Amino acid sequence: MTTRVQTARRPMLAALPRFSQQINRVAQWIVVGLFGVWIVGNVLSAPQQVLSVLLLGITYGAIYALVALGYTLVYGIIELINFAHGDVFMLGTMVTITVANGWLGLDGTQAWYTTIPLLLLTLAAAMAFCGGLNVAIERVAYRPLRNAPKLAPLITAIGMSFLLQNVGAAIWGFNERPLTSSGASIFPSKTLFNVGGFPYREKSLLVVLITIPVLLVLTYLVRNTKPGKAMRAVAQDMDASRMMGIDVDRTIAFTFALGGALAGAAGLLFVMFQTSTRFDLGFQLGLFAFTAAVLGGIGNLTGAALGALVIGLIQAFNEGLSWHTPGTDWTESIIFAILILVLVFRPQGLLGEATADRA
Amino acid sequence: MMERLGLGDVWSKLPGPVRHGLLPAVVALLLVLYPSYYTDLTSLIGTNSTESQLIPTVPTMVIMTVYVVMALGLNVVVGYAGLLDLGYVAFYAAGAYIAGWFATQQFTPHDVHLASVGVPHSVQGIHINVWFLLIVGAVFAALFGIVIGLPTLRLRGDYLAIVTLGFGEIVPQAVNNGDNWFGHNITNGPNGLTPIDALGFGSLHNQWAFLPSVYYSVTNATSYYYWTGLALVAFTLFCCVRIRDSRLGRAWVAIREDEIAAAAMGVPLMRTKTLAYAIGAFFGGMAGCFYAIYKSSTFPGDFSLNISITVLCMVILGGMGNVWGVCLGGAVLSYLNYQGLEAVGNNFNNIAGTSFNVPQYTYGIFGLIIVVMMLLRPQGLIPGQRRKVELELGVEGGSMYEASAQ
Repeated sequence: MTTRVQTARRPMLAALPRFSQQINRVAQWIVVGLFGVWIVGNVLSAPQQVLSVLLLGITYGAIYALVALGYTLVYGIIELINFAHGDVFMLGTMVTITVANGWLGLDGTQAWYTTIPLLLLTLAAAMAFCGGLNVAIERVAYRPLRNAPKLAPLITAIGMSFLLQNVGAAIWGFNERPLTSSGASIFPSKTLFNVGGFPYREKSLLVVLITIPVLLVLTYLVRNTKPGKAMRAVAQDMDASRMMGIDVDRTIAFTFALGGALAGAAGLLFVMFQTSTRFDLGFQLGLFAFTAAVLGGIGNLTGAALGALVIGLIQAFNEGLSWHTPGTDWTESIIFAILILVLVFRPQGLLGEATADRA
Repeated sequence: MMERLGLGDVWSKLPGPVRHGLLPAVVALLLVLYPSYYTDLTSLIGTNSTESQLIPTVPTMVIMTVYVVMALGLNVVVGYAGLLDLGYVAFYAAGAYIAGWFATQQFTPHDVHLASVGVPHSVQGIHINVWFLLIVGAVFAALFGIVIGLPTLRLRGDYLAIVTLGFGEIVPQAVNNGDNWFGHNITNGPNGLTPIDALGFGSLHNQWAFLPSVYYSVTNATSYYYWTGLALVAFTLFCCVRIRDSRLGRAWVAIREDEIAAAAMGVPLMRTKTLAYAIGAFFGGMAGCFYAIYKSSTFPGDFSLNISITVLCMVILGGMGNVWGVCLGGAVLSYLNYQGLEAVGNNFNNIAGTSFNVPQYTYGIFGLIIVVMMLLRPQGLIPGQRRKVELELGVEGGSMYEASAQ
């Protein structure tokens, strides 16, 4: 009796996995290189334009950073892509308009010593509203599903997003909503200086100046306070932290409150900068911010801020430059393409650690 | 001695196929005959009354068949294989633009007529037989699904969802900007492609008089589109049920329940997942192609994210993984979307004397349905037996989608 030893046939592409990492790395460098060439080309053809667009990008980036942090905080702790977060931000813009313009009567004509305290009051109101709303959403829609299959809360979040959009539209209308009836910003908007014919206004500077302390406070909260420590513990291991006596439900609620408050602040800055809002802009801006969080390494706070800056710059470059630039029509596609490429080729993002689980 | 037989005894004595086939057969017959008794239904309630608006019209029924096909296709991806796809509309677009490219005057200097019916030879452009295009559109969408799937299906769970969402946003924008792809007008941009050739049986009409040579030549063209749509639903249902019970279908369920265990038992993960994508996309493309032909046009605005979410909502509402539930979910939600909500709103306003514009809030209502269903009845209206067990037991044994190494 003869026995036939079966040898496994070698697939043609068996060697490919060994090289795939190198290919991956080379491809990453090629992408970065092409991007560099494009920037240099633009700098050479219109240096002043690049500078003005750069400043605009930093402003966008600041707003995205505040929203992206909300995504990254929530993902870090319960691994949920909170699709409704962008719409919480949108409601923040709406509440800002109602409070600042409707209730407090600010319309940009008041002197700075009345404007600033009232604006701070509005900021507090918007942050409190969005924080409270986020906590309520978590309580009603996500907490009952915490032990359910992972896709269940994700699908719920999508439903929640649509629901919030329509709530916003029902209260504030389906049309574009201007900040003030005159169309002016409440922020002082005098031109500080001109770069290549484009004015840099005070309000752009204010957006950045308000974002930085907010980020610093957040970093302090997460790094140095007891609730922050509890957050990090729960993010690492929910069961173990429960055994250590941490109130997991409260910690998660605190995280949502924090994320919501940041979205509220972002809402105020956005509407002061753009001077108008719409019921459906939250979803897309939220996705951009989520891309930023992924790009930076989801779950990583510094990464989210860095990713937001990069996304803001890319958007501004794409919409403002002229040398071999796709232009405004393609902004969404470019940002989502970045999202896909990062998730497929570098799921840990710029600053995140590589984990087996994520991809 | 004669024993009196009750109705129940007669029923239980009938052969099995009759017992199991009777209800579907009656439903199918009622559906096929729908255009013939639609007017009787409305006159029963009162022609032109507000209440009669609640009865789905034949055009609404056509759209319902389109969405049922799409929901069944997405059910393959989400319900069977457990891969959340938020960009399903991309495949719908792929099918629709196949019809748009090869049955319109888009590429006018080129003049190709291939077995097309009802298109005079003086009309320029590429005109290929639209029946054939239905297949081409479906196959093109399936290939598109493979192209999208190969790099992305390595990702798991929520990351896959977000990548598909990205594709679902890129495709409409690319189509919208498609009037100038490197200087070429490919998709005619926001103006869309129109008119698309109608369906028709050409010379078969001479043999069987009830088959119109081209649909617009008969007065009840919508009924013919409806019957065509029903045939597509029947085909999709047949495929879905057969594939579900096949080796491939069981592999999908195995992957959905525990990916690592499935891989350990020798299920090739990538190939099986990619096939789920391709087959789901196939039906999406077919539905898109048929809808474009029915509307005789296709626009980038037809492919918003909302469509993806609506179809997902249909699958969830009906019951993931159960074809009958998904059919019900697809029919109910597309009916509400195109006619029902408006009719309900009108009736409500009539009675209460208010003036709500209900259709404006369609997507808010869908969002509410998603949230409420996930919280109260995650298995859907008609859950699959297997899914029900999973949802009850799945919690205990950890997550069922995400069987990842933790």
